[in-house]
Amino acid sequence: MEQDHDRTKSFTRRAFFVGALQGCVLGILGGRLAWLQVSQGQHYKMLSDHNRINIKMLAPTRGRILDRFGVPLASNEQNFRVLAVPEQSVDLGKTLSHLQKLVPLTQRDIRRIVKQARKTASFVPLEIKDNLTWEEVAKIEVNLPDLPGISIDVGEIRHYPHSNSTAHLVGYVGAVSRSELTGDPVLTLPGFRIGKTGLEKTYDKELRGMTGTAEMEVNVVGREVRELKRHPARSGQQLKLSIDSELQTFVQERISREKSASAVIMDVYTGGVYSLVSAPSFDPNLFIRGLSAEKWEEMLANPGLPLNNKAIGGQYPPGSTFKMVTALAALEEGVITRNTSAHCPGHYDFGGDRFHCWKKAGHGRVDLVDALTESCDTFFYKMATDVGIDTLTKYAHKLGLGQKFDFELKEERPGLLPTRDWKMGHFGEPWQPGETVVASIGQGYIQTTPLQLAVMTSRLVNGGYAVKPWITAFTGKEPVPNVSWPKIDFKKRHLDLIVKGMNRVISHPKGTAYESRMENPQFQMGGKTGTAQVRRITAEERLEGVLNKDLPWRLRHHALFVGYAPIKKPRYACAVVVEHGGGGSSTAAPIGHDLLQMAQMRDPAASPLLPDGETTNLASPPPRKPKLKTKRGH
Amino acid sequence: MAQAIEIHTALSLGQKLKHLNWGLVLLLMAVAGIGFSTLYSAGGGHIDPWASRQMLRFVVGVTCMIIVALVDIRWWLRLSYPCYIAGLLLLVAVQVMGHIGMGAQRWIDLGVIRLQPSELMKIAVIMALARYFHAAASEDIRRLSFLIFPVLLILLPVGLVMLQPDLGTSLMIVMAGIAVFFVAGAPLWLFGVGFAALAAIIPLAWMFMLHDYQKQRVLTFMNPESDPLGSGYHIMQSKIALGSGGIGGKGFLNGTQSHLNFLPEKQTDFIFTLWAEEWGLFGGLLLLALFGLLFVYAGWIAFKCRHAFGRLLAFGLMVNFSLYVFINVSMVMGLIPVVGAPLPLVSYGGTAMLAVLIGFGLIMSCSIHRDAKLPRM
Repeated sequence: MEQDHDRTKSFTRRAFFVGALQGCVLGILGGRLAWLQVSQGQHYKMLSDHNRINIKMLAPTRGRILDRFGVPLASNEQNFRVLAVPEQSVDLGKTLSHLQKLVPLTQRDIRRIVKQARKTASFVPLEIKDNLTWEEVAKIEVNLPDLPGISIDVGEIRHYPHSNSTAHLVGYVGAVSRSELTGDPVLTLPGFRIGKTGLEKTYDKELRGMTGTAEMEVNVVGREVRELKRHPARSGQQLKLSIDSELQTFVQERISREKSASAVIMDVYTGGVYSLVSAPSFDPNLFIRGLSAEKWEEMLANPGLPLNNKAIGGQYPPGSTFKMVTALAALEEGVITRNTSAHCPGHYDFGGDRFHCWKKAGHGRVDLVDALTESCDTFFYKMATDVGIDTLTKYAHKLGLGQKFDFELKEERPGLLPTRDWKMGHFGEPWQPGETVVASIGQGYIQTTPLQLAVMTSRLVNGGYAVKPWITAFTGKEPVPNVSWPKIDFKKRHLDLIVKGMNRVISHPKGTAYESRMENPQFQMGGKTGTAQVRRITAEERLEGVLNKDLPWRLRHHALFVGYAPIKKPRYACAVVVEHGGGGSSTAAPIGHDLLQMAQMRDPAASPLLPDGETTNLASPPPRKPKLKTKRGH
Repeated sequence: MAQAIEIHTALSLGQKLKHLNWGLVLLLMAVAGIGFSTLYSAGGGHIDPWASRQMLRFVVGVTCMIIVALVDIRWWLRLSYPCYIAGLLLLVAVQVMGHIGMGAQRWIDLGVIRLQPSELMKIAVIMALARYFHAAASEDIRRLSFLIFPVLLILLPVGLVMLQPDLGTSLMIVMAGIAVFFVAGAPLWLFGVGFAALAAIIPLAWMFMLHDYQKQRVLTFMNPESDPLGSGYHIMQSKIALGSGGIGGKGFLNGTQSHLNFLPEKQTDFIFTLWAEEWGLFGGLLLLALFGLLFVYAGWIAFKCRHAFGRLLAFGLMVNFSLYVFINVSMVMGLIPVVGAPLPLVSYGGTAMLAVLIGFGLIMSCSIHRDAKLPRM
């Protein structure tokens, strides 16, 4: 009994000890639980949300691009895709074979999709085919009961209704390349498209819009259980252009008759571009819906370079269209006056060289207006060295040549205005006076773009205002100011004199573009032709009288024309360059006629570009009509 | 004294039922009730597939428990060794014809239920130890040679369970056994030597005895973030579920971690996590408190027992029960490596529930027959 009593006491002691241990463990567990749920609660709450919430991005709708009348140049079309959810299909291969009867699918496609289905979670929809036609969609819809797991999904795809005629201007969109990833998460969305060329590229950010998000609750394998929150995507801004799409299409069709040409029509007062065309062109929709390798090769092989926007990126010697610059420089610098006249024997001898006038027999005695009318080279040769190359290029620059305008298209090129320093820096040789003689008629080193020539023409006829071209009421990133363009310090009588000569190029029977005069007296235009040599004509050729049209295409002259209309109150300026087109008066002037006639008939300037709530046209310049008198006749 | 024995050994059925520890039954029902509601939540707000079957098992288990409680403690004393031998045979049978489940051979499919003999063996070992020490005199217990037999009583089933392999159960048997040794009065220096030996054995066990997956569990436990999608996944997700529950919990049926399946085994080993995710710190502490009350209640019964067999049996079973709770809860909280141990009465599973309730049946039997006069044998 005593022993038992001892044992009981020992048991009690030791049992209490064990009990205390158990109490400690229970305490530790409670403490641990409190630590996890209270001090670490926030941390684990975050991890838990991170586990279960999957943020899905919602692609914004890309802003449309409209012409000045609201006609869409870039829009979004519905893109029908057929999807398959493997888990809803008993036998995916069999379902796809069934689908094969409705839409073109190769055996290889089916194998690829079935293989892909094995790799991904069975609830993830797989794209089988996109760009379905309405007919295909209808066929699938009707047969859906026999196609378990198949569904139709509507997405958006960019569409360019005017295809060829706005290809260079509007550009196109394409899949995001690695180098274009800026960190904007929207760029990583599958199937997201980014502007690759033209305005689509320039205004990509504005057009792109804001990504929306949907917070999806997902389970451990990523299946979406329900939507928790949704911030819808914000559509991109709408872009309204100064372009008149009908005029644009007309110009495209007109110049596409030539092998390679480009043209610009712009407003001489506002600088707004009505039409900017380069031919040959291409269908930008091909880049959206898939371009075949053959088609791509064909584009690359085309000597007319269909992918290039030659209206702003093509650099050509201006030829005789440069004579206005020489004339203005000479007048302003006092080298000549309105009464200065010169005799043209058909050539000009200078420094032991003979510089030919285009007219072998010569023009006889001509004054400035005559020289412009008949495009006499000799008259300008004679004043060239007195003006000097640096002064000449200074005036060319003032008129808009040899520079970039911060234009809205990245493909813009600056052209080239040579100076003494430039030549020394470039070739390490001093400038030769003979080169100034050549430069006076827009040959030699001088390079200009059609856009620059249109700006030059605008500045000559608008009373000497330094307009800059624009398409969306922006130059660079600055909105086009409502205030007037700065006036250039040209004397009005000098400008008037030059305009008079340009008027007579068309209106005078001796004018080089008389053949292209307007029938409608209201639509009368003025202008200047140009024929730019792409290489020096050799003495033998001159002797043998080799005809330009007999030469291979690559060696033929460029045909140029700059013009404006109507002559009473010029509003539209145009520049046309036909690559290797032969003569300015024979090839380019008729195009200029057609372009300016159509521009006046459509008269887009009469309907000002109204700012639209959603467009980026923050400052749309009101039509400003400074009084510009053009003296007619002597 | 003799009179008292006479009274208690001649208890009628009605008297026994009256003496049954109804408070303990109520506590068990409360804990099981938490289990049912959690299984209902685990089933996505459905009584099927888990909650309904668990309730059925509980009813069967409680019936068994009461029957066990009513059986005279002397019978249990006599049956101790036979039970032990039966348990050993079952363990051998599991080796021979056991089913492969969760990568380990632990079950015998009896057609009606899948029997997990190791669960029953835990009770049998304690019974056998209580039986052995009951017969011992105080001076016997201080003799080392006297202690060799009970050590073998422990090591034999532990060896068989290790073969399955089931580290968690083996450790539980060892720890419960040590507890019985301790309260039975084994000399204290023995435990000092034991711990020293253990410290020496651990590196050896690591090298030669543990399976690769067991080592992996331990390594993962040391640094669960090292392998978040592999073995560390369970611990990480369980901690996230617990922690994100916060003080008030996410609400009944709203445990995102569990319902979105981030939490594995939510109806079995990780049921505590689901409960605490939905009911927060309050729920978690409530459940721990209920378990604590059960320990105290069972411990109290052991104190009240007037024979060594009852004291040792009741106390050993209480320690065994507490080990289930400690191991499971520590595991889901990331305090110890992942071992397959259910939360008793709460986790979905038949054998564990049955074993625990039979254990409580024995404890109650000790309580009803606390004044019985037991022969030394």
